Amino acid sequence: MRDRKVINVALVGNPNTGKSSLFNQLTGLSQKVSNYPGVTVEKKYGLCKLTDAATANIIDLPGTYSINPNTIDESIVLDTLINNNNTDYPDVIIVVADIVNIKRNLLLFSQIKDLEIPTILAINMSDQMERKGITIAIDLLQEELKSKTILISARKNIGIEALKKLILIQGFNKKVKKTSTLSNFSNRMDAPFFTNIKNEFKDLSLYKAWLYITQLNDTSFLTKEEQLSIVKFREDENKLARLQHKETVLRYQLINNILKKTYKIDQSKATSLRAKLDRILTHKIFGYVIFAMILMLIFQAVFDLAQYPMEFIDESFAKLSSFTKDNLPTGVLTNLISEGIIPGIGGIIIFIPQIVILFLLVAILEETGYMSRVVFLMDKIMRRYGMSGKSVVPLISGTACAIPAIMATRNISGFKERLITILVTPLTTCAARIPVYAIIIALVIPNNRFFGFSLQGLTLMILYLIGFIAAIIAAYILNKILKVNNKSYFIIEMPDYTVPSFKNIFYTILEKTKAFIFGAGKIILAISIVLWFLATNGPSSFKNADKTVQNMIVYQNLSDIKLAQKIATYKLEHSYIGIMGKTIEPAIKPLGYDWKIGIALISSFAAREVFVGTLATIYSVESTDDDTSLKEKMRAEKHPITGKKRFDLPTGMSLLIFYAFAMQCMGTLAIVKRETNSWRWPLYQLIGMTSLAYVAALFTYLLLK
Amino acid sequence: MEITVASLKIGEKGIIKQVCFNDIPLKLLEMGCMPGKEVELVQIAPLNDPLYIIVNGSHIAIRKEIAALIKIDLKTDQVKNLCEIVKS
Repeated sequence: MRDRKVINVALVGNPNTGKSSLFNQLTGLSQKVSNYPGVTVEKKYGLCKLTDAATANIIDLPGTYSINPNTIDESIVLDTLINNNNTDYPDVIIVVADIVNIKRNLLLFSQIKDLEIPTILAINMSDQMERKGITIAIDLLQEELKSKTILISARKNIGIEALKKLILIQGFNKKVKKTSTLSNFSNRMDAPFFTNIKNEFKDLSLYKAWLYITQLNDTSFLTKEEQLSIVKFREDENKLARLQHKETVLRYQLINNILKKTYKIDQSKATSLRAKLDRILTHKIFGYVIFAMILMLIFQAVFDLAQYPMEFIDESFAKLSSFTKDNLPTGVLTNLISEGIIPGIGGIIIFIPQIVILFLLVAILEETGYMSRVVFLMDKIMRRYGMSGKSVVPLISGTACAIPAIMATRNISGFKERLITILVTPLTTCAARIPVYAIIIALVIPNNRFFGFSLQGLTLMILYLIGFIAAIIAAYILNKILKVNNKSYFIIEMPDYTVPSFKNIFYTILEKTKAFIFGAGKIILAISIVLWFLATNGPSSFKNADKTVQNMIVYQNLSDIKLAQKIATYKLEHSYIGIMGKTIEPAIKPLGYDWKIGIALISSFAAREVFVGTLATIYSVESTDDDTSLKEKMRAEKHPITGKKRFDLPTGMSLLIFYAFAMQCMGTLAIVKRETNSWRWPLYQLIGMTSLAYVAALFTYLLLK
Repeated sequence: MEITVASLKIGEKGIIKQVCFNDIPLKLLEMGCMPGKEVELVQIAPLNDPLYIIVNGSHIAIRKEIAALIKIDLKTDQVKNLCEIVKS
């Protein structure tokens, strides 16, 4: 009996070929996402059972048009396939092609084929052949390409079992024919040059050596001699560029010849739906009107629809919290669970409805092919601000959560455009700001109507606008001051319109939500626990609080309840977090805040939404009356000297403005560090945004006072 | 003045004459944009940039600065084609 065997399979293909559909079809829920070590790109992989004795470990590589990378995403493909020592180095490669754009897809295939790894060509969307008037001689094509070739339809689940059998056959195929197309071409390109390469890299296939010379950035895994000869071959950059162009032209010629014999498309059956839709959706006026309407629809859905599950989650966690408190034996552990952990988890879960709805809609727009049209419409406008049309998706996603939004910048090819997008995305109003805005607006803005609009609603809308305008202005300034070498090639495919696949959308949402929960969630939870500890512990003055307060003469005649309240306030003031709040009080006093708000500022430094939770903790630790809501408690809070309301209009507006600009999200900082590969950018971002927030809040306060 | 993709009008077609390999990204070539291939301008974005073209079967959008580097010959049977469309 044979041992249980795992075959490493890499999925490679152009974007929009249905590669993700195939991946979802093969792996289902067994798929996982992890990060490539050292780089920022996620690795998607999953298991697929082939027989009882063999399993395929499927790696879904990022979509690419060619093995020669233009973006970070694409460079992963090269890195995985070129280095035998790479842990993901595949036993079998499946190149996914789509039946309509097969010519372009075959270019990537012909490059991959030259790597001399067993390769399967899976031609996807075969169910559309008839409708599009396509006929294909699959056996002849297989013969001409000298590679296993199969027609599949990932969406309709056609040909998947046959593909699994092919994986099995190819996985045990140890004899790979050495058929490098490049060797055949080399004489027509520059014979002496390629003979030289052959002589210098005797152990390598010519194509691998050629890729080492033209594409590899990190040559550290090669020997000293090999590195030296690479430097030598790289001397004449123009010559390399010319040869690469020649290579591509020759590859296309070969592909054209093969397709002439094997592939026919009846042009009369080509639908004009794409042309018609494009005429409307990219129209100079209607295009923008439609885009604006879609944006409004998205925001409506994110706020109105998400409201109901969010209220439900909020209430459930509050109930769970008090239930735990009532039913577990009293003690430190129970307090930790009911006051630290449960509210902490609740603080993460509450954002899921908004994130799911937003990414559902964004995923639908991307799946249908509409997003490419938005990129096309917005490119020139965004370019004025140093960004690209492709920055639109991150900026929209940023209104849910900056973390997945910043990850969505990876397909922007110019470093400067990408960097500016990353730096300004956190200024857009993310879901985490909503609870902060909501409670402060409810406190300081009267619930009146202004020409039929609710004043509170208008304030929220203005805050959104402020966030967006700030992002645009920041981008404009960054574009002027950033001196980054920028070589950006904006080329985007306008794919055919398709009906979105719900399976794909489901997995996309699952992935993004996970990224949020495990990216931001971990930090929010940890902070809640630390916060709880800091608020319930303190130096000696804290421990002696009971006695100190009881011995104070002014409090001698108070009732027990009132006394308990005074003790609680005293305790909070002398807890670790109280001391921290007091320490920063001088710095935040000009903004109209006191030490209690200071505590909330410190704790929400890691994640904005903690602000509300902290205030809840502070005021509930203080009060013995559990029935009044946080809003009422905050409303009742008085300024110790003036005796006026603590949360009046100037203080409230100042807080709103502060939260609109301040970089208070560790999760985002961590992601920016990962995406830019340096601490420099997140640090600049932190300093820049916090100073902006401070100055803007100061002016707001002075103006309204 | 030389005719390039940037000087096409919406709906016009041309045959690519020359692609300047020094300035044009390899990616464009890999998308099928190479000498001898037909290119059609489908749409110009508002503010006159980028351009939406069909080349060698690929529907792609490129910026004007790059489009200006792709030299073409106007398709001479353009007018005839248009007449046919009008008739039918």
